[in-house]
Amino acid sequence: MIALENVTKRYGGQTVVDDVSLTLGGEGVTALIGPNGAGKTTLFSLVGRLVRPDAGRVTIGGLDITTTPSAELAKSLAVLRQENHVAARLTVHDLVEFGRFPHSRGRLTVEDRAHIEQAIDYLDLDAYRHRFLDELSGGQRQRAFIAMVLAQDTRYVLLDEPLNNLDLRHMTEIMRLVRRMADDLGKRVVTVLHDINFAATWSDRIVAMRDGSVVADAPAREIMRPEVLRAVYDTDVDVREIDGKPVALYYG
Amino acid sequence: MLADPAAPARSPRTRPASWARPGVRLAVLGAVVLVLVAVYLFTGVPGRLAFALEIRSLTVVAMLVVSTAVGVSTVVFHTITQNRILTPSIMGFDAFYVLISTVIVFVSGSAAFLAFDEITLWFVQVVVMVAFSALLFGWLFGGKRRSIHLMLLVGIVLGTFFRSFTEWMQRMLDPLDFQVLSDAMFASLTRPDETLLVLSAVLVALGCAAVVPLRRTLDVLTLGEPAAVGLGVDHRRVVMALFAAVSVMIAASTALVGPILFFGLIVANLAYSYAGSFRHAWTMPTAVLLGMVCLLGGQLVLERVFGYGGTLSTVIDFAGGLFFLYLVLRKGAR
Ligand SMILES: Nc1ncnc2c1ncn2[C@@H]1O[C@H](COP(=O)(O)OP(=O)(O)OP(=O)(O)O)[C@@H](O)[C@H]1O
Ligand SMILES: [Mg+2]
Repeated sequence: MIALENVTKRYGGQTVVDDVSLTLGGEGVTALIGPNGAGKTTLFSLVGRLVRPDAGRVTIGGLDITTTPSAELAKSLAVLRQENHVAARLTVHDLVEFGRFPHSRGRLTVEDRAHIEQAIDYLDLDAYRHRFLDELSGGQRQRAFIAMVLAQDTRYVLLDEPLNNLDLRHMTEIMRLVRRMADDLGKRVVTVLHDINFAATWSDRIVAMRDGSVVADAPAREIMRPEVLRAVYDTDVDVREIDGKPVALYYG
Repeated sequence: MLADPAAPARSPRTRPASWARPGVRLAVLGAVVLVLVAVYLFTGVPGRLAFALEIRSLTVVAMLVVSTAVGVSTVVFHTITQNRILTPSIMGFDAFYVLISTVIVFVSGSAAFLAFDEITLWFVQVVVMVAFSALLFGWLFGGKRRSIHLMLLVGIVLGTFFRSFTEWMQRMLDPLDFQVLSDAMFASLTRPDETLLVLSAVLVALGCAAVVPLRRTLDVLTLGEPAAVGLGVDHRRVVMALFAAVSVMIAASTALVGPILFFGLIVANLAYSYAGSFRHAWTMPTAVLLGMVCLLGGQLVLERVFGYGGTLSTVIDFAGGLFFLYLVLRKGAR
């Protein structure tokens, strides 16, 4: 499990993550939602040891992230970041290979290659494997970064807005992939999503943040209610039932 | 998964053409260097061949030491600072080295400077330099990411400060002290001091021994700090170790031939274009060999074509300055 105990992070005078105690990484898929600036990415950075908390403690599988070697943690936690930028000229294959670094330290074994092939295949990237990243469309590049995370093959997977830049079909494909990672491979996936309909359809649990605090944490169906969504987003959202599933209407 | 309608028809999985392979490119470059070495050693011999060979092979070794130090350290520096314009020299690394020596002569006088056991002196200089640069660059690059333009400015200001301060102190030295200092600092490439050459070679070898095992980690560092941390790289520790290796190598090269401001910039950037791979296992040796081509080629042209005895570093700095401007302007235009 990923456990946050009374974690606080401040930037200047602003408290961005405010005394959060939360357990993530239970079975299945957890969606993390919340308005822009709610602190979702900061929360991931705290867990991913990119940002040190001002107070509180984070453990992953019982290991304190400040005392456990980074190389050890990289075998159990993979993070897809919201922004990915690479200055060097790498191909898709090079990038996905990096996902195996925690396991192979750069010397690929047969098993590593199998993971790389599988990730490339899952993300539908075979045709692009020798393309440079700067020769891809935004969505193709996003898929390449997801493939790298998949190749890392960790128990815990944090995805920060994996649907960025994706077209309709690939959004659905990625969510299906996320589901398969959880159901077939036993991975614990936590993913930031802005489209609450995707969150409701594909996740088991939804955690909602606002102003650095967790304001709702429940099974997906319970979050999909106008009063809850209003409290999270400060805006009116109509929720209708279509084929027995709640669907939020917020297009205007 | 589904077939992608936007996908190119065939997966280009065939092996790249041989010229595109980094190994082939490096081998070609290696052959060019060997030819240049042979030409330099065996042609235009004025007197006895054995005598010329002895002096010239020392020069070739000195070139190799300098190329290795500058090539490897610049590529490493670029990777850990995530930029391709700033180099240790531009940031004032070697200017700082000269400053240390100047301070020692300034404070203790040349008699004491000369009385120092050479090796002890070296050791002191290197230790001071490594400690200082680790602190400085830890402070500059260790914390939050700063804009590359700010870094450029800080670097140039620091470099200029070190150089002016050194110059100021050198003006205050008496002529004898100054002579001793310049002999120590600006030993020429064509007449290397043998003791210094050995010491430098040892230090550069040590630097390489620290860097080479980290080549795969360096590859990961090209992804940037956040991604590298996510892949289990102990970023702080690795970067500090690499900075230390860079400082040691720059100290060695500077002691041997004096500062060459833009040499690293040229060879590293040419190496990125030429190597055909982003991997440090290829870019680092490519930079070293390109350095050899520059030094040997430049020396041959100066010596044999123009019959000029002046210093090669002036020429390299002139060409490098233009190249630097080009890089800055091109980056700025984007
Ligand atoms: N490095 C930083 N320095 C100062 N403030 C920061 C920094 N990083 C984030 N913040 C602030 O912290 C708050 C939370 O940011 P965070 O990126 O975690 O939001 P988020 O929930 O991921 O938003 P989004 O949905 O837009 O990605 C924001 O108000 C942001 O301005
Ligand atoms: Mg975010």
